[in-house]
Amino acid sequence: MATAASLPEVFRVLSRRQETQDVFTLEIAPHLAGSEKVLRFLPGQFNMLYAFGFGDVPISISGETGQVDHWIHTIRNVGSVTNGLSRLKEGDILGVRGPFGTSWPTNQNEGEEVVIVCGGLGVVPLRPLILHLEKNRARYQTIHLIYGARSPNDLLFTSELHRWAQTFQVEVTVDHAPLGWKGQVGLVTRPLKRLQTNLQRTTAFLCGPDIMMRLASQELLERGYRADKIYLSLERSMKCGVGHCGHCQLGGHLICRNGPVFQLDQVIHEMNIKEL
Amino acid sequence: MHTDDGQPSQASPCYTLSFKRLGELFLLLEDDGFQIIGPTLQDRAIRYERLKSPDYLVHGYVDHQKAGCYHLEKQGDLYFGYTVPQDSWRRHLQPPKETLWNVKRSPSGFDFEENSDDLQTKRVFFGVRPCELRAIEIQDQIFLKGNYVDPHYHHRRDGLFLVVVHCIRATSTCFCTSMGVQPFCSNQEDQKSHARPDLALTEIEGQFFLVRPGTHRGAQYLNRLELEEANPEDLEIETRLSQVVQRDLKRNLNLNQDHLKEIMDLQMESPYWNEVAQRCLSCANCTLVCPTCFCSTTEDLVSLDENTTERIRKWDSCFHLSHSYIHGGSVRSSVSARYRQWITHKLVTWKEQFNTEGCVGCGRCITWCPVGIDIRSEANRLRSQWRGES
Repeated sequence: MATAASLPEVFRVLSRRQETQDVFTLEIAPHLAGSEKVLRFLPGQFNMLYAFGFGDVPISISGETGQVDHWIHTIRNVGSVTNGLSRLKEGDILGVRGPFGTSWPTNQNEGEEVVIVCGGLGVVPLRPLILHLEKNRARYQTIHLIYGARSPNDLLFTSELHRWAQTFQVEVTVDHAPLGWKGQVGLVTRPLKRLQTNLQRTTAFLCGPDIMMRLASQELLERGYRADKIYLSLERSMKCGVGHCGHCQLGGHLICRNGPVFQLDQVIHEMNIKEL
Repeated sequence: MHTDDGQPSQASPCYTLSFKRLGELFLLLEDDGFQIIGPTLQDRAIRYERLKSPDYLVHGYVDHQKAGCYHLEKQGDLYFGYTVPQDSWRRHLQPPKETLWNVKRSPSGFDFEENSDDLQTKRVFFGVRPCELRAIEIQDQIFLKGNYVDPHYHHRRDGLFLVVVHCIRATSTCFCTSMGVQPFCSNQEDQKSHARPDLALTEIEGQFFLVRPGTHRGAQYLNRLELEEANPEDLEIETRLSQVVQRDLKRNLNLNQDHLKEIMDLQMESPYWNEVAQRCLSCANCTLVCPTCFCSTTEDLVSLDENTTERIRKWDSCFHLSHSYIHGGSVRSSVSARYRQWITHKLVTWKEQFNTEGCVGCGRCITWCPVGIDIRSEANRLRSQWRGES
């Protein structure tokens, strides 16, 4: 049944935390006094966040899934709207529409191995999935988390990374490192090449820049992993979030509606066409 | 009303409507609170604007349209002797610029208020061509039939009274039949079709109209006018007129849709796109005159005291660099990529997105292209190139 594309709802900032030089996290809740609204979302979905006078942008939800009383958004300050959002302080007001879009599947792959590949801010839409896997750790075989960032200073959720490393196989790699960095340097495809998992019974989840996802999925396919068990989250310009503005087209897909999470075999043709 | 091949059928009631009685119909509609919008003459072109009476209708003009060229000529006695105007009805259902909502600062933060100005007026679209009716149906699919309804489009569309006028001429840019549209409206009583005309008119030699109801509401207005039933000779004239326009359309350049998806899919990286980009100015005219194009962008207008913000929605075009802009740059930075986006969307990917055609064959994009790029020739070129390769 169709619902009306509605006005933003008024939300309040519960807290603001600076993650890195240009990335910050907002915890937000419905503003109405005394409202104990239950917020629902699926891992991988996004909201349209509205900053007064600046406009709205699609931002993935990065907190734990299930029924929650607040939403967590981790945002990079890259444009005018995200700059507007970055100025918000505790107690400030913003508008929210959503959640929108498809989600990472969480139940089809129980009992199997999991590979998560994230580049840069791509870790944000994957975080609800990672938290779900952590919570239900016993239901999965080995879980690999490969995380690439520009530099050690750009790594997000570092304290959680240490915690995740206790139950997941975590590999962190950076594009360029200062003296003293003891970790890996290079693309996420390098640790991917060493991956030893069951080709038929592994589900992969990818999110990062287009080029990273193209190279990572190419690597996985060459290694013999199944295209229908590789999931990725794509990004395009979005103005409405509800399939009406035409901005997020990728061939026959509208990313706000058919995505952002796709199975690789749904989009592999489109991903390989330049400037589509 | 009409059979699938576009011939008028004899089964449904058909009446004769003189120009004088048309004036009475206008009065009845206005008494019921309708505002009538129809073709008017403006800047040597035809545009859809408010009509105070049938006297304001364009009269005695024919149009000549070809790639990159639109010309109106004073000739004959017809009210609907021209084909599709520059303008399309899209402007009246999704205005080029509208305020969606306002945000006001309040002691507790800010409040959003839906803008509903200008949404309550009941309107008549008078003189909708069959291809334009199809275009309205396509936009309904996007704004009303998906998971989300656009409330502004819904308000404007709801209760809209549609008066179709059949085409008795085709100009060289017309190719509706290629896109599955008939110049004489078929299946008016098809319950599945959302955009049914309330009334469908055929102009008979500048003398009077034949009129058929397509809805109960339309039939009620005709009953109130107590019109005379059309006589068999007039119905024969109508059949002849429909044959003439069919013949003209057959002579026109057509757009062959067979295997188009395969053809486009295989040639996404063809050097052809660079060639067409040498001609295309990326001016967006084709998308602005298109009756099915729907892309929009938003803008926030902040008052000087920074206490209110107006959320504006404006038409956008895939030919603008900003259309695909995300942090770091535009996805479709070259003109070739943008032209490819436009034509593959219109002819192929639209169907995957909305389960309808994206083009109705009205030919406006051909006429109003300043360098005369013709969607039919371009699609046909891709086809012959594909034949050469396969």
